[in-house]
Amino acid sequence: MMQYGLLVMGAPYSSPAPHSALRFAHAVLDRGHQVAGVFFYHDGVHNASSLMAPPQDELNLHDAWIELHQQHAIPLDVCIAAALRRGLMSESEAQRHGKQAFNIASPFELTGLGQLLELQQRSARFITFA
Amino acid sequence: MAATNALLVIIRHAPHSSNWLREGLDAALVAAAFGQPVHLLFMGKGILALLKEQGSGAPGQKATLPTIDMLEMYDIDKLWVTKEALQNMHLSTDSLVDGVTLIAEREVAGLLQQHTKILNF
Repeated sequence: MMQYGLLVMGAPYSSPAPHSALRFAHAVLDRGHQVAGVFFYHDGVHNASSLMAPPQDELNLHDAWIELHQQHAIPLDVCIAAALRRGLMSESEAQRHGKQAFNIASPFELTGLGQLLELQQRSARFITFA
Repeated sequence: MAATNALLVIIRHAPHSSNWLREGLDAALVAAAFGQPVHLLFMGKGILALLKEQGSGAPGQKATLPTIDMLEMYDIDKLWVTKEALQNMHLSTDSLVDGVTLIAEREVAGLLQQHTKILNF
């Protein structure tokens, strides 16, 4: 049994990275390994947007990540600096920045790059999807 | 060189074409601030980040050179550049900031092997 850490840096529907990362996560879990966490950085932060609304016959990646979290309790960490720059924020960040809406909520967590390094530290295999 | 605990950050994108460079350097600086040794490898268009006479980007885009200049303060002093990347862009080391170490592209595989922790931007 091995601990895998995943770094996602591509945006949904623009890059194949998130879809590949999700399939990879399910594949390693199916083989009895563990996913220590998923970190969203660069354009990958768009995966955390609760406002994404693709057509109903397409995979909703935001919902797919939440399902992964619910089934396997995998932390979904989002870089706060990369997210704010791109217009993604939690309710408390929206208040702090005087914005009228927010689009990041639990189980996605806004956090710093220290969490990325910490995830890399405790993963036996650390895989980047960009 | 033996295996190292340092984080290798690979930069492959030019300034201003995207946010890859800025966010890659951010990761390197945060790691260094947490006390982790950090090595940087510039490949392909990534070497343009090291041009010493670059200004800021298209109107309104923040310059990235000040971040490169800050690396030394964070004890990041290993800046590897491949000779091939320089040649491909008809640049010489004179046009780059100080403190750059030239390596051949065939040495990159060895670098990747020595580093257990790598982030690729």
